[in-house]
Amino acid sequence: MIKWVESRLRVGGWARKGLNKIFPDHWSFLLGEISLFTFIILVATGIFLTLFYRPDATPVIYDGPYLPLKGQEVSAAYESVMRLSFEVRAGLVMRQIHHWTAIVFVAAVVVHMLRVFFTGAFRRPREPNWLIGVGLLIFAIGMGFTGYSLPDDLLSGNGLRIAYSVMLSIPFAGPYLASLIFGGEFPAEAIISRLFVMHIMLLPALIIGLISVHLAILVRQKHAQFRGPGRSERNVVGKPLWPSQTFKSLALLFLTASIMAFMGGLLQINPVWNYGPFKPYITSAPSQPDWYVGWLDGGLRLFPGWDLNVFGITIAAPFIPGVLVPGLLFTVLALWPFIEARMTGDRAEHQLLDHPRDMPLRTAIGVAGIVFFTVLTLEGGGDVLSITFNIPVEAITNFFRAALFVIPAAAGMLTYRICTNLRGTEFHPFRRAPGVRLRRTPDGGFEEV
Amino acid sequence: MKTPGSITASFVVSMAASVGLVALYVLGGGPQLEGVLLGFALGGLGLGLAIWATSYMNVPEEVEERQLMSEPKPGAEEDDTSPLPGMEDLSRRKVLLRLLAGAGGTLAGALAIPAFSLGPNPGDDLFRSGWAAGDRLVNLEGRPVRPADIPVEGIETVFPEDKVGLSDAQTVLIRVDPDILRLPEGRGDWAHEGCLAYSKICTHVGCSVGLYRSAAQQLLCPCHQSTFDVLTGATPIFGPAARPLPQLPLDIDDEGYLIATGEFSAPVGPAFWNVDRGS
Repeated sequence: MIKWVESRLRVGGWARKGLNKIFPDHWSFLLGEISLFTFIILVATGIFLTLFYRPDATPVIYDGPYLPLKGQEVSAAYESVMRLSFEVRAGLVMRQIHHWTAIVFVAAVVVHMLRVFFTGAFRRPREPNWLIGVGLLIFAIGMGFTGYSLPDDLLSGNGLRIAYSVMLSIPFAGPYLASLIFGGEFPAEAIISRLFVMHIMLLPALIIGLISVHLAILVRQKHAQFRGPGRSERNVVGKPLWPSQTFKSLALLFLTASIMAFMGGLLQINPVWNYGPFKPYITSAPSQPDWYVGWLDGGLRLFPGWDLNVFGITIAAPFIPGVLVPGLLFTVLALWPFIEARMTGDRAEHQLLDHPRDMPLRTAIGVAGIVFFTVLTLEGGGDVLSITFNIPVEAITNFFRAALFVIPAAAGMLTYRICTNLRGTEFHPFRRAPGVRLRRTPDGGFEEV
Repeated sequence: MKTPGSITASFVVSMAASVGLVALYVLGGGPQLEGVLLGFALGGLGLGLAIWATSYMNVPEEVEERQLMSEPKPGAEEDDTSPLPGMEDLSRRKVLLRLLAGAGGTLAGALAIPAFSLGPNPGDDLFRSGWAAGDRLVNLEGRPVRPADIPVEGIETVFPEDKVGLSDAQTVLIRVDPDILRLPEGRGDWAHEGCLAYSKICTHVGCSVGLYRSAAQQLLCPCHQSTFDVLTGATPIFGPAARPLPQLPLDIDDEGYLIATGEFSAPVGPAFWNVDRGS
């Protein structure tokens, strides 16, 4: 078999070289693999769901086994999700695995990106892969949002309504852009089939394309590595892809899928039958989006009610927290390798990774960013906090309005101090000091503890 | 070579779980057990492979030399960044190159134009709600409403007759004690027997303003907690909404049913750049 292929394609040498690619051994390098593997699980389960889902807003009368909705008018899309959940054998478990995996997928991408950020792995020559990574993050969030809007349930319908309104707030272009994207004024019937095309065709094609380039660049540039004995800017030390790394990666793929299967089977997620079908005149309370959209929702809640008027043009309140600030944040994120190179003047190639403490300013800014994001996400659940802790929602919002500026700044300064301190003492906070511990014996000698 | 027991056990568990999955499917399924069995089937494989790779493969670390990206290949005769043959000749054709770029750009623009088929020009759709003078207020069942049908401190979602469910026309009808009303000037005769009608679409980002704190006469949006004071014309008193909920002027027809006497006091729904221009 191998001989048959080799005598026709002559790829043996190339394949052998590929299988010898060196993988430095560090747990944090597995985060990117988890992102890739969750994407593979999403494609596999997604294909199954696609075979049952109907991207159709036409109203139908529900006549399935879920009694509370029997006889109600729902969209064909919602009906198909209900049928998938209650009547298709293995349908619900597939749907729940898909949804849980989507949540973990975006999380894995974010954590992978944080690893790359805090270790300085984005520095020259890896700026291109950082930019591709930011693109992948945006498309991953887009995948999540378009995906959870597909069932046309009450919760996601209101999410779409909010997205439409935020688009509407863009000066000059807003009303036209929103009409083009939604196919008319909200609620337009076209949006469900458009979301479907985005979710199963456009975005997956973009993501698969970008992942391919991301990995090709990784192979071309070889892995970066942490400092250590025998490791330099001009080599890469680790184990070859075949056999141990292949087995490890396959193990990680199956273990990730295993956890997704347990979660999909045992933990309920997005019970669209509880939310009911979307009706434009109903909003449920409390209503929260999936985690990666929560920070945007928090921003919308937190911003004061100002419709600014600039030369007769209304800058509607959602524009600044919904469009301008996220746009700026993603721009800074994408351009970070260039911003940092300008700040430090360091434009050299780096194949050895930093520890977070090596660059206190970068680490401080990163931590401040994480805290900023966390405060916004918490505010996105402000009404839930209000019910849980019995605090007026106004107090919570006002607290977060101040906290959004104070806590990230404080966290950043504290991080800076900790980093400079660690750099001075050379001790790793979670590891024993290097060397061995000795004890004086009664007769004057030494022994190891 | 001795076969490691832990790996054997992992693979056997995986196989058993897979067989169980098939049996479960035939017997009728069930999401919890499906998830658990699939978890064991995949997890057994993963665990077995992980133990194998970490404990039974003694592959030594290897050092691979690395060529820095910013340096030319050692021994390379040509500089890879030097211009390709023919570039000099090409770059002299300035006029043709500009025309080529122009033609390409114009073609791209022409090909992008069909994007305008995606949706209608919004026109003045955003300024119209679907209410007209004389429309009776009907509830979700389509029954017209008399003031007496709403208890004081009560609330009902209403639509224009024959337009039940129309998104832009959704309206909350609230009845309060008329003596405590402080409506803006010019709206003195908009409330009959304390009945007030406001657009139900939040002026922030368009959720349905469905929560009513009847004791404080406040409407609260469940999405972002914008709060409106019903007594003063639904002016925003907390949260991110900047403009009041538009009010619908009301009257009573010959049969005692509530009717609208015109459009809302402002365009309904969230703001956009020329919302104040009117239409």
